[in-house]
Amino acid sequence: MVERRGTVATVSGPSVFELRDVVAGPTADPILRDVSVSIPAEGITVLAGPSGGGKSTLLRLLNRLDDPISGEISWKGTSLDEWDPTELRRQVAMIFQQPPLFEGTVRDNLCVASPDVSDDRALHVLDHVDLAPELIDRDASLLSGGEAQRMCVARALLTDPDVVLADEPTAALDTAARHTVEDLARKLAASGVALVWVTHDTDQLRRLADHVGTVVDGRLTAFGHLEELSESADPTVRRLVGAGQ
Amino acid sequence: MTPVVASSSTDAAQIGVWGLAASAILIVVAVVVSLWRQLGLERSMLWAALRALGQLIIVGFALQLVVGDDDPLIWSFLWLFVMLCFASWITAQRAKDVPRVFLLSFASYLAAMAVTLGVLFGFGVYEFEGRTIVPLAGIAIGNSLTTNVLLSRQLISAATEQRRVIEGRLALGLTARDAFQPHLRSSLRTALVPQIEATKAVGIVALPGAMTGLILAGVDPLDAVLVQISVMYLVLGSVATTATVMSLGISRELFTPAQQLRRLQRTTG
Repeated sequence: MVERRGTVATVSGPSVFELRDVVAGPTADPILRDVSVSIPAEGITVLAGPSGGGKSTLLRLLNRLDDPISGEISWKGTSLDEWDPTELRRQVAMIFQQPPLFEGTVRDNLCVASPDVSDDRALHVLDHVDLAPELIDRDASLLSGGEAQRMCVARALLTDPDVVLADEPTAALDTAARHTVEDLARKLAASGVALVWVTHDTDQLRRLADHVGTVVDGRLTAFGHLEELSESADPTVRRLVGAGQ
Repeated sequence: MTPVVASSSTDAAQIGVWGLAASAILIVVAVVVSLWRQLGLERSMLWAALRALGQLIIVGFALQLVVGDDDPLIWSFLWLFVMLCFASWITAQRAKDVPRVFLLSFASYLAAMAVTLGVLFGFGVYEFEGRTIVPLAGIAIGNSLTTNVLLSRQLISAATEQRRVIEGRLALGLTARDAFQPHLRSSLRTALVPQIEATKAVGIVALPGAMTGLILAGVDPLDAVLVQISVMYLVLGSVATTATVMSLGISRELFTPAQQLRRLQRTTG
């Protein structure tokens, strides 16, 4: 059920992130304006909206790759400013649109996240993301796009995150690889890891979303369960969530 | 410890005005080649030759104020300070994208001076006097400047072009230092390898300047070699120290206290 506590968009149930009056952007001219929202601690929350609207800007705030210009963000009830950024980022993993591959093999890449990772644990996370064990000694630069993205998910999972932030992680993948990564997202959500997933692909949104936030021109225009936003009175919101397609 | 180079003066080679004029024939040769091959470099060559002449004559007169046995050392230190400021200014001009570049480069040159001159004077390799302070510092700073500019550009390029990879490491919970370490290492290697290669090739590919100058001035070639070797080591030590301090300083400037990679406004390619 969609609720409004003051001006804060929220849904029922516990939340992981609380944003209050957040203004943000890479320069003094903000992209994101006056965003107040509680992001649920369970399931997949999809942030949808046109390109350049501020979805990625919002995502980068959540693991402090950037700080807001003004406003307050808290994680587990504590302001992000009070968290050690390295500790926060190990709990709040981030998957990028273009998977950042480090030099060396898949094993070398996994070791960046967890230097003392055992072979058993490394093979376990590879299996978790449906990567064959023999890939562990392959040069990471030789992986296909889908394999590279899944390797990045495996790498992020080695930090045992509570939340995974995903910034259009399938935008550069073909259909088969896209579905594999989506399946992986569902599997992660089912295992108790909350996901915040950015996309402007409405089909994907409808396949994945438990909750949806629409971000247009830097403002959070709607937030709630997918079913509720599908019946929104605002035609822009209905279009952004792919209702009636 | 007996200094490698005695403080007593040697018989200097004096080429005089006529000798200088005769050597300028070589500039005429270069100009003729430019005219013959239609390179269009004649004015540039003449200007360079005249400018070098003017600059070095001024430096020669100025050096007379500091290299005499009775000249107070304060003048040498003042000269050294001006050299440090000027080198830092040149570095700042050539690496404008680096935050607080003047202060960082000043600190790096100062550290290099402290280390290299500290060793050379501390162990009595050279006598601590104006005649040695200024030339040794000049060689060290001059060679370090090129490396510092190259290194600064390398690090800024890495921070902008490899932003995705660096943020990928930060997002995994690495500290800024660890996230930037591979780029720092790579940039340092790129900046230092030319100096190391030059040190390896010395004497085989070309006779180095200090040694050539001493031999021309009538110093025994073996003594000249000893001086040259110490100068090569001075340069290598200075370049390594400068590069290390500069790279650590730049690395700190590239990240916020919250371990975020700053966005730099690039002014150069």
